Amino acid sequence: MALTGIQIYKFLPKTNCKACGFPTCLAFAMKLAQGQAELSKCPDVSDEAKQALEAASRPPMKLVTIGAGEKKMEVGGETVMFRHDKTFFHPSALVVRVKDTQSDDEIAQTVEAVTKYTVERVGITFGMDGIAIQNDFGDAGKFAACAEAVKGKTDLPLILMSDDAAAMGAALEKIADAKPAICGANKDNIDAMIELAKANGVALGIKGDNLDELAELSEKAAGAGVEDIILDPATRGHGDSLNALTQMRRLAIKKQFQPMGFPTITFPGEGASSLDEEAVMAAQYVAKYGSIVVLDTFDPAMVYPLITLRLNLYTDPQKPIQMAAGIYPIGNATADSPFCVTTNFSLTYFTIAGELESTGIPAWLMVCDTEGLSVLTAWSAGKFDAEKIAKTAKEQDAASKVGHKKVILPGKVAILRGELEDEMSDWQIMVGPMEAMDVGGWFKKNWN
Amino acid sequence: MAVEIPVDKWTGKIRELKFGGGGRKEVIIGGASTLPYLKFEGEPCNPTRVAITIHDCEPPYPPGLLSAWGDVVKDPSEWAKKAVEIGADIICLRLTSAHPETANTGAVEAKATVDKVLSAVDVPLIVLGPGVAEKDNEVLMAVSETAKGQRIALGNCEEKNYKTIAAVAISDGHIAIAKTPLDINLAKQLNVLVSDVGVPMDSIIMDPDTGALGYGIEYGYSINERLRLAALMGDSMCQIPIINHAGPETWRQKEARAAEGVPAEWGSLDERAVIWEELTAIACINSGADLLVMNHPKAVEMIKATIGKLSA
Repeated sequence: MALTGIQIYKFLPKTNCKACGFPTCLAFAMKLAQGQAELSKCPDVSDEAKQALEAASRPPMKLVTIGAGEKKMEVGGETVMFRHDKTFFHPSALVVRVKDTQSDDEIAQTVEAVTKYTVERVGITFGMDGIAIQNDFGDAGKFAACAEAVKGKTDLPLILMSDDAAAMGAALEKIADAKPAICGANKDNIDAMIELAKANGVALGIKGDNLDELAELSEKAAGAGVEDIILDPATRGHGDSLNALTQMRRLAIKKQFQPMGFPTITFPGEGASSLDEEAVMAAQYVAKYGSIVVLDTFDPAMVYPLITLRLNLYTDPQKPIQMAAGIYPIGNATADSPFCVTTNFSLTYFTIAGELESTGIPAWLMVCDTEGLSVLTAWSAGKFDAEKIAKTAKEQDAASKVGHKKVILPGKVAILRGELEDEMSDWQIMVGPMEAMDVGGWFKKNWN
Repeated sequence: MAVEIPVDKWTGKIRELKFGGGGRKEVIIGGASTLPYLKFEGEPCNPTRVAITIHDCEPPYPPGLLSAWGDVVKDPSEWAKKAVEIGADIICLRLTSAHPETANTGAVEAKATVDKVLSAVDVPLIVLGPGVAEKDNEVLMAVSETAKGQRIALGNCEEKNYKTIAAVAISDGHIAIAKTPLDINLAKQLNVLVSDVGVPMDSIIMDPDTGALGYGIEYGYSINERLRLAALMGDSMCQIPIINHAGPETWRQKEARAAEGVPAEWGSLDERAVIWEELTAIACINSGADLLVMNHPKAVEMIKATIGKLSA
C-alpha cells in the first residue's frame, strides 16, 4: 500500500544533509511518495527503513510474465476485489493443456488449432493465451521431447507441468529460452523446483494442499530468490475453489500478505465430465479470481463464450467499450432494409442490435461516434446531433447501402428530426420507438 | 505457517421470501448473510433457486430451444409438468399471448391458463404480463384473484406502472416483482415505492435487470454485487432478493440463435447456445442472484448441479 510523504519522512534520518539533491528530508519524502525520487539517493537510510519502504511500495499482487516472444502472457497485478471498485487489469489467461501421453498427431493438431485460433468481438481480435504441457507418461525424455515439439509448433507462451524435478529439468534444457512457467513445486519437491526456476529465470507454479502450506512454500520460494510465483490452492470444485481463491485475493489485496500476492492458476477440466461442466467451472474462475485458466478441451463453442465473459468482466467500468462508427448489417440486410441510427456506447448498440435481430427483419444499424455515450446522454452532451448523424451517413456512404433513403431516428431524439431534414435534405426522416424493445411492433406499423 | 483468513463482518442480511403455501409446495429464497457461497464467512443460506420459463402460447424460440422442449410448448400445463420433471423449483409463466401485437388475449384467457398450470403442477408460480402496462394490469388482476392464497409472484412492477399490480399483490397475498433497467439507484428507489404503497418487505423481489453474456452482463454483474454489498452493510432497501432472467436474455441473442452466417470460430450452435445460457447464469450466481429464470433443459440441469456443488 502506498505511503504518504509524512509516513515516509518518519523513516528518514532527518539530517537534511541534502545529499539526495533535495533541500530537506521532508522534501525528499514528498518526492518519494510521488514516485519522483529513489530511496537509494539517501546515504544514511537504515536497512530497517529500506525494508519497510520497499514493502510498502510493492504492489499487492505481483504482475507475472510468462513467455519470451511477442505473445507474452501477463497475469496478476490486480488491485481490487470487485470490478466496480476500480477495474480488473489483466484478463484471465485462457490456456489449453496437452499431455505427453497423447499421440504426436493429436498434440500437433491441438497446438496448431489453439495457436491459430482468433475471434473478433466489438472490433477487437482475441486469441488463446498459451499452451500447457502435462507430464503424465512419467518419462523425463518423453516429456522433454514433447515440450520441444510443442515449442516448435507455436509462438504462444508455454507452461510445463510436472511434479518430477528431473523431468522438469530435462524439459527446461530443451525450451528454457522460451521462458515457460514451471508447474510445479509442492511440499516434496520445492527445493529442487526453486533451483530450476532460479537457474532458468522462469516463473514457478506452487501447489499447496491448503492455504497454510501454500503460504509457507510461497514464502520459501520468494525467500530463496524466486521472483515470479503462481499459486495453486489445489482446490478443484466450485465451492472450495470459490472460497480458497476469494481468501487468497483478500489476503493479497486487503492484508498485503506477501506470500499470497501472486497470480493464481486453475484447472476447470479436472473432474469435469462434459464440455458444459468445464465451461461453467472456467467461467467461475474468470469471474472469481483465477489468473490462469487451464482448459483440458479446446472447442470454439466453449472458448468463444469464455472470451466474451472475460472481455465483459475485465472491461473498465469507467471506460465502457465503444463500437467503431459504421453501418452494421443485422441479418441479411439489403438495399430495401430499414436503416436505423444509434450511438457507439456498446450497451446501447447491443441492446438495439439484439432487438433488431429478434424481429427477424434484416436491417441496417448505423453507429455514430458519440464517445461512448448512450442516446439521451450523448444528445444532451451535444455529441449526438443532426450534424453528427449526417456526417456519419456521408462518411460511411449510407447512400450506397440503402436504396430507399429513409433514416429511422431513436424515439428519444425525435427533436432532431427538423434539423436532420435540413442536413440530409434528400432523405426522409422517420422517428422510431422510444424503447429498443418496441422496434418489432414499430416495424409492423411503419415499415412495409 | 498459520494464515489468518480475513473474514468480513456484515451487519445486514438478505430477507427470506417464501413462495407457495396454501396447499402448494413452499420454496424459500434469499437469507444470505455473506457474499455468494462464501462458507468461511457465515451460515449458508438458501441456495439459488431455478425457475423455468414457459409461455401461454408457442413462443418464437430458435429451433434448438424449441426442439429441446418438443410438443409441450403447445400446452402450458404439459410444459409446466415437463419443466418440473427437469428440475424447476418454480415455474415462470409468461403471458405472451396477451401482447397487443400477438393474440391480444385478455383476463379470461389469462385466468384459464393460470388455473390450468396451477392444477398441473405443485411448485410455485411466477406470472409475467406481456410488458405493456394496460395489458399487464388487466391480466395480472385476473391472475392474482384466481391464485389467491397460493402466494405466486406477479410481474413486473415498473417505475411507471406499479400501483395496480402492487395493490392486487397486497390484497391476494402475492409477491410483487420490482423491475428496473440496469441502474442500482432506480432499483433501490422502486423498492421504496413498492413498499410505500403497502407491499410488505418480505413480499418484494427485485429484478435489477441483466444483459446476457456479451450484451451488458458486466452491468448486471456489478449491480448485483453492489446491491448485495449494500444489503450486507445494512441498507434495508437493498435487502430484497434478486431475480435474474439469465435464460430469456440469452435466447434473444444472435449467439444463441444463429447457425449460419456467423464465423466458424464461434463453434457449433447447439453447444455454444447452451453454454451461452450457462455462462450468463453462473455470472449471475457468482454476483448474487437468489432466483434465476432459465430456458434450456440442459442448461437448467447443469446449473442446478453447479448450485449443488457450490452449496456442498
